[in-house]
Amino acid sequence: MRLAGLLLLVAGWAIVLAAFLMLGATVARAAFVAAGVAIEILGLGLVARSHVSVREARR
Amino acid sequence: MIPPAPALSEAATVLVLACLLLIPLAIAGIALINTGLGRSRSASHAMLAALCAVSVAASAYFVCGFAIQGFAGGPAHTITAAGKQWNWIAAQPLFLRGLALDASPACLILWLQLLSVALAALIPLGAGLDRWRLGAASVSTALLAGLVYPLFAHWVWGGGWLAQIGFVDTAGSAPVQAVGGLTALAIGWILGPRRGKYSSEGGLPAAIPGHNAVLVLFACFLVWTGWLGLNSAGAMLFGGAPVGALVRVGLNTTLSAAMAGLAAASITRARFGRPDASLCANGWIGGLAASSAGCLFFTPAVAALVGLMAGALVVFTVEWLDIYGEIDDPTGSVSVHAIGGIWGVLALGFFARAGAPVQPLAQIAGVATLLGFVLPFAYSLNWLLDRVSPQRVAPEGERQGLDLHELGAGAYPEFVIHREDFLQR
Repeated sequence: MRLAGLLLLVAGWAIVLAAFLMLGATVARAAFVAAGVAIEILGLGLVARSHVSVREARR
Repeated sequence: MIPPAPALSEAATVLVLACLLLIPLAIAGIALINTGLGRSRSASHAMLAALCAVSVAASAYFVCGFAIQGFAGGPAHTITAAGKQWNWIAAQPLFLRGLALDASPACLILWLQLLSVALAALIPLGAGLDRWRLGAASVSTALLAGLVYPLFAHWVWGGGWLAQIGFVDTAGSAPVQAVGGLTALAIGWILGPRRGKYSSEGGLPAAIPGHNAVLVLFACFLVWTGWLGLNSAGAMLFGGAPVGALVRVGLNTTLSAAMAGLAAASITRARFGRPDASLCANGWIGGLAASSAGCLFFTPAVAALVGLMAGALVVFTVEWLDIYGEIDDPTGSVSVHAIGGIWGVLALGFFARAGAPVQPLAQIAGVATLLGFVLPFAYSLNWLLDRVSPQRVAPEGERQGLDLHELGAGAYPEFVIHREDFLQR
């Protein structure tokens, strides 16, 4: 779960980068940036959850 | 290509130098906050760790940090993508070779960055209080100051790709505060909580109060003074502000901190029946962290609003991360510096005064870079370091206190005795 979360963080960033590199239209670029940030938030949640799960398992 | 900073007049140079001389007060203030919010049995250790972090950060930045960061208009490596050249890393020589070391903007930026990286290096120490080994903290600081910070700072201030797409940060809400705060988050995750913080039966986490509220609150005044210098120097060197604009910078910085402190006091008074000293201090610093990005571009009313929101965000996220995220962050450095800094960057995108060269989408891309590059990079480096040599002190050392365990003597030998520290269990 932790690795998946970290990969999602990087993947979201890659989408944001690609939006700035490849898209010229403001609306399309904004949509891709929003999608990238949403994926990053998902990844952040997964990484956070993975650390809580490890502690729950140790209890 | 981003043009280099314009040459400063003699009066402006003197003013920048005066501002730079104030910044060590912010560094001292953050060190005092870290010490005051930790346990008394680790107080000397916290202060020594701060001194070591500043030393290591300055050394790493001298060796390779500035070579990676550089300055706008300086030599850099680029990659070509989509028909455009993107600047991704500086190409300065190692060990500061080749710099004239005069009062040119490049050299003033070097000094400002040496102080900024020292400030950023203290932020993760707050998240690792009472359980982070001194040696491990020093190596981690070297990675932050020699690699993570310079790379991101080059993208923002060195003419890098973030600056090319229009990302703006006057004095470091992103490169200094958020980079330090996200590294603190990585450290908090890797080290895990202090012993006794979370019960095996579940329920609310135990409150482990700081040992000296006076140190913490006095430090707020020091940090405020240092921040006036930090924001003013950043505005002149990175924002191209004329001397007269420093009035706006000073006002905005102060208003943001004041409103954040008031917000924290009001919220804690409303929720707990009385203001909470440590959360008020956190709110104050969070307001300063949020002010850095846009202190040159906000109107005073907007700066006050940004501070108000920063104070509220800090109070709620400290509690949320503690209870639901199970992140034991004794100084609230993730909330104060990461969330406060990110809020400042976004606020600049949406609330900059008319005519300011700011684009909301570029600001969001900057935040995405913090979350998608800086956090995984800092986490991976510290995870690897932890695999090579455990970063957390042994359970015996944590029970005894880091002062006795790592330094051999306590900070307050005449006044404080923890009987349980010396009894066999």
